[in-house]
Amino acid sequence: MNDTSNVLFDDEALRIIEKMKTAEARHLAERRAQEEECACKEGMFPTRAPTDRRAFLRAAGTAAGGAAAALLPGAARAADSKAPPGAQYFDVPADPTKELGRAVAADGGYGSRSQFESEVRWRFPTANEYTSWSMTPLDKMVGNLTASGLHFERHHGGIPTIDPSKHMLFVHGMVDSAKKFTMADLKRFPSVTRKYFIECSGNGLTEWNKPTLKTVQGTHGLISTSEWTGVQFAVIAREIGLKDGGTWVLAEGADAAVMTRSIPLEKMLKDAILAYGQNGEAIRPEQGYPLRLMLPGYEGNTHIKWLRRLEISDKPFMTREETSKYTDLLATGKARQFSFDMEAKSVITFPSGEMKLPGPGFYSVSGLAWSGRGRVQSVDVSVDAGKTWYPARLDTVAEPICTVRFSFPWMWDGKPAVLQSRCTDETGYVQPTLKELIAIRGSNGPFGSIYHLNAIQSWAVAADGSVTNVHA
Amino acid sequence: MCTRNILLAAACVGLVLAPLCVRAQMQEARYGFGTPASPEELAKFMAIPADGRGLPNGSGNAAKGAKLYAENCAACHGDRLEGNPAKGIGGDKLIGGRGSLATKTPVKTVESYWPYATTLFDYVKRSMPFATPGSLSDDDVYSVVAYILSEAKIIQPTDTMSAATLPKVTMPNRSGFEPDPRPELQLYR
Repeated sequence: MNDTSNVLFDDEALRIIEKMKTAEARHLAERRAQEEECACKEGMFPTRAPTDRRAFLRAAGTAAGGAAAALLPGAARAADSKAPPGAQYFDVPADPTKELGRAVAADGGYGSRSQFESEVRWRFPTANEYTSWSMTPLDKMVGNLTASGLHFERHHGGIPTIDPSKHMLFVHGMVDSAKKFTMADLKRFPSVTRKYFIECSGNGLTEWNKPTLKTVQGTHGLISTSEWTGVQFAVIAREIGLKDGGTWVLAEGADAAVMTRSIPLEKMLKDAILAYGQNGEAIRPEQGYPLRLMLPGYEGNTHIKWLRRLEISDKPFMTREETSKYTDLLATGKARQFSFDMEAKSVITFPSGEMKLPGPGFYSVSGLAWSGRGRVQSVDVSVDAGKTWYPARLDTVAEPICTVRFSFPWMWDGKPAVLQSRCTDETGYVQPTLKELIAIRGSNGPFGSIYHLNAIQSWAVAADGSVTNVHA
Repeated sequence: MCTRNILLAAACVGLVLAPLCVRAQMQEARYGFGTPASPEELAKFMAIPADGRGLPNGSGNAAKGAKLYAENCAACHGDRLEGNPAKGIGGDKLIGGRGSLATKTPVKTVESYWPYATTLFDYVKRSMPFATPGSLSDDDVYSVVAYILSEAKIIQPTDTMSAATLPKVTMPNRSGFEPDPRPELQLYR
């Protein structure tokens, strides 16, 4: 615990923190209830099938078990409510080599995940469920890309349903010829495909003043990585012609919030993508179907979803989201504005909060590292709260503004330890400690400066193997 | 041997000409996708920067705004603009908090934090009322904005808000913002 723990909290902040804790606790309770008794049930390994699902199917009276039942579309559908979100329930044969499996394309031609995989996003319980956010289950994920159905969300007026055949993108303002583009028009332009992370600048906002949420899903779940496909803004700019003097671009969404942000034209021309593809298929509705703005390395709120309009201007528009929100109030009472960059950051996802190591021995410590300013150069890991650092292995190839998966071989001696990771990006920027950040930005208010917390995360491993969120 | 020479020569010609062809194409032609957007189509959009460019005609005042607020806003933002944290609502507090920004309990409201009155017009017209966005007329939006600014004691209760007057309103926290200085130099010491 450091000297920031005695910060005062206002009513609204306390409410937010308490609700977030409640939501996480509820999610953890549900997860535990689903898990069978085993030495490692705290979530260290993937959960096994809940026994009651089998019982449910029997009770539901599906005419014939095994392959016969699975072949009947109704049989699977009847039990869907017992399958995790994104999965369908199927009876489990005693020996899958002794009977036929399911028929080819019996799923209608679009696959779903296994009924034994139950990780889900959980929603931050804002009073209003239309303006809220949901967290990616980093502790349950493998590899580098985020499954599209687990990509974190932030909505300000619900998720709109948009018919792509009617959707238009208008590009106007300081241009030679204002134009509108259908989705078919946009797809005729040459496209690019790149892997980028998106991180909400509010990621970790509960963690400024004291360790608050228990899991890495709670502390870091507002980051996700996808492969994005779309048209570079620069291609569209050349198509319509830019007038001298343009410096900012207003991006506007077609949701109920009609979300707007002003983006520097320089950034738009550097690497902005009008994205219609995510992980090889159309962008998910929660991610902006049919079109979203991709601004590599910028805070998530600027990646306008359901993109319908770009207006080139000689000044920023000072929208609500770039004045009253997404500005960083400092201890001086002044606030930083247009703080777009997501700086270098990393977190250990295994082991992480609420897991329990079964005993001393070898563990492959693993996590994610990223930087909005370029590639991850290196990642260090400490098992003694930052006194000693060792280089981690990068398990994926470092790409610009994309997460990397890292790992570190650790022989745990069974004594209490504090695990940390530290990212250095290709600009030479080193991920700071929380103390360093607070020394600069102050600890006024409920969450310090709320946004842009990229400090080193600490997980304490107790002698009994239990892992908890700490400030160290 | 002879065939090989011809192939080599053809390859050379191809190498020289291909980039020229690409360049010629790029210089002379656009893709031609998309269609012109008419002024009528663009007129349905709006975004109001601090100088008020694009503010629509019309006007309103706090007296009219008080009635509209009670009908359209109070359920979420409270009868006294104090906000409503109730489940299913969660409306922001709109006034108060002046002088609190540099304290341990900053209260960020339209009154204490928002730097431009034009943003309030833009946001109310754009996104409010929460469940029926875009349902207020321009006169109504001017009136609601006037009511909020008046309750915040930023304008007089009798002031009329319009495209001419709104951009001239000076918000209390007008100079409260600074550009992003990151990367922070202290982290390189």
